[in-house]
Amino acid sequence: MIVSVQGPIVSTASQTLVLPHALPLDGGGELARVEIAYETYGTLDADRSNAILLCHALTGDQHVASPHPVTGKPGWWQRMVGPGKPIDTDRFHVICANVIGSCMGSTGPASDAGDGNPHAMRFPVITIRDMVRAHVGLLDTLGIARLHAVVGGSMGGMQALSLAANWPERAERVLVIASTSRHSAQNIGFHELGRQAIMADPRWQGGDYYGGEAPENGLAVARMAAHITYLSEEALTAKFGRNLQDRPDGSKGAKTFGFDADFQVESYLRYQGSGFSRRFDANSYLYITRAMDYFDLAEEHGGRLADAFAGTTARFCLVSFDSDWLYPTAESRHVVHALNAAGAAVSFVELSAPHGHDSFLLDVPALDRVVEGFLG
Amino acid sequence: MTLRADLAVIADHVAPGSRVLDIGCGDGALMLALREKQCDVRGIEIDGASVERCVAQGLSVVQGDADRDLRDYPDKGFDYAVLSQTLQTAVRPDRMLDELLRVGTRAFVSFPNFAHWRTRAALMFGGRMPVTRSIPVSWYETQNIHHVTISDFRDLAREKAATIERDWYFASRGPIGRTGANARAEFAVFELSR
Repeated sequence: MIVSVQGPIVSTASQTLVLPHALPLDGGGELARVEIAYETYGTLDADRSNAILLCHALTGDQHVASPHPVTGKPGWWQRMVGPGKPIDTDRFHVICANVIGSCMGSTGPASDAGDGNPHAMRFPVITIRDMVRAHVGLLDTLGIARLHAVVGGSMGGMQALSLAANWPERAERVLVIASTSRHSAQNIGFHELGRQAIMADPRWQGGDYYGGEAPENGLAVARMAAHITYLSEEALTAKFGRNLQDRPDGSKGAKTFGFDADFQVESYLRYQGSGFSRRFDANSYLYITRAMDYFDLAEEHGGRLADAFAGTTARFCLVSFDSDWLYPTAESRHVVHALNAAGAAVSFVELSAPHGHDSFLLDVPALDRVVEGFLG
Repeated sequence: MTLRADLAVIADHVAPGSRVLDIGCGDGALMLALREKQCDVRGIEIDGASVERCVAQGLSVVQGDADRDLRDYPDKGFDYAVLSQTLQTAVRPDRMLDELLRVGTRAFVSFPNFAHWRTRAALMFGGRMPVTRSIPVSWYETQNIHHVTISDFRDLAREKAATIERDWYFASRGPIGRTGANARAEFAVFELSR
């Protein structure tokens, strides 16, 4: 159940199932009664061989090609997923599940802990592999032994890599877009900034804010900082430059010699921050960013990334964007080198796009061609 | 689409079902031909647009620089390593040859022959760096930083203790014999082992 998000909840194609077993966790212990919220598109073949698992990013959800229940906005990969689109739902059975730890229907800190109260900070710290373990539980329940492909961008790419490394028999193809095999110091640094902003909000209350006012200001600041990392200097300059924001009364923008949002970029980031606060749970943000920071696929496999993929028979495709400074091309190359060393069939291309990390969600026709071609 | 002559030779002489690494695979023409022969083909290509076209055709191609990225591939991971019209662009062709014979049991190498009579004539009588059909770009913008002749390549193979298993020579009209090839051939294809 979603406890904290505000605004009207409209109905979607989203379904929820409860995993039939407790979920063992990397941090020790297990999570009982795990709920997974997911959506499916397209028809599953009789031989169950045409399923594609899409893994969403940090603040994404299962609404990949259906309206978001809070904002009413189109699904986050509507341009990529649908009939006749690069991920063609006329041919493939597409599954997208909300990760555990999130707040869109899968079990997370806002979910009931079984005692009538939300877990809040009693929720265990989870890892990317825990999220994937939950996905595998979902696939088991749905009776899908082997995926045609697992696909993900950003944190979704981490899940795709984790599935390929830890459950190598489960996917024939692995498509990883704008992602990494480990979080860098810079990545961790930005996440820590966001977490500290949330925890510094007096409404956070040690995470026990459910039923009261959520730490929306802290979460908004976290989102503003993160949003900058998703763009590029070029994109920000092209979109806003040093342009001034028109005043609320309609008069022309001017420097106010105060601390209002004089610049358009300030106004934009405030809007992004407050919008995000209305649709996302602050504690989920803490837990999911932590899972990303802990992600280091080589560390899980004795320190050598190639060993994570030893013996794999899957085909891999990695895509980076030249303007992405959050997970720059070097991170994808690092994975490609490991896959080459493991003798895996791998494709890699750096695409040129001006939008920074967010390019994977935006209109980049070359990405469409690569995705469609790779999925075959 | 007809394959370029050197690629056609290579495609004809790779055993069906082999594992092949095509270094500098361009738009994937050879890879597609080898896929028809049930080969497991991988490619390396520096140009992003070419890589994108390859991946869109379902080929496994990595965007990368052969001078730098070959070292990640395991020893003898492939039955054949192919280097077509790329040797002369390598920073160190000698090391590239070592790498080819490390990652592949056998190697195919093709290159334009700088000792072709047209090239010699252009240099001797024109006094300027030749621009010919097989070397079509001016000296200042060519990627060919290490021009090589057929005799030079044979010497390098000997120095590197590589065995020339088979060799093919082409003039403008088509294949020619080995005799006088260093002056008569526009380009050559060698199959090497070690």
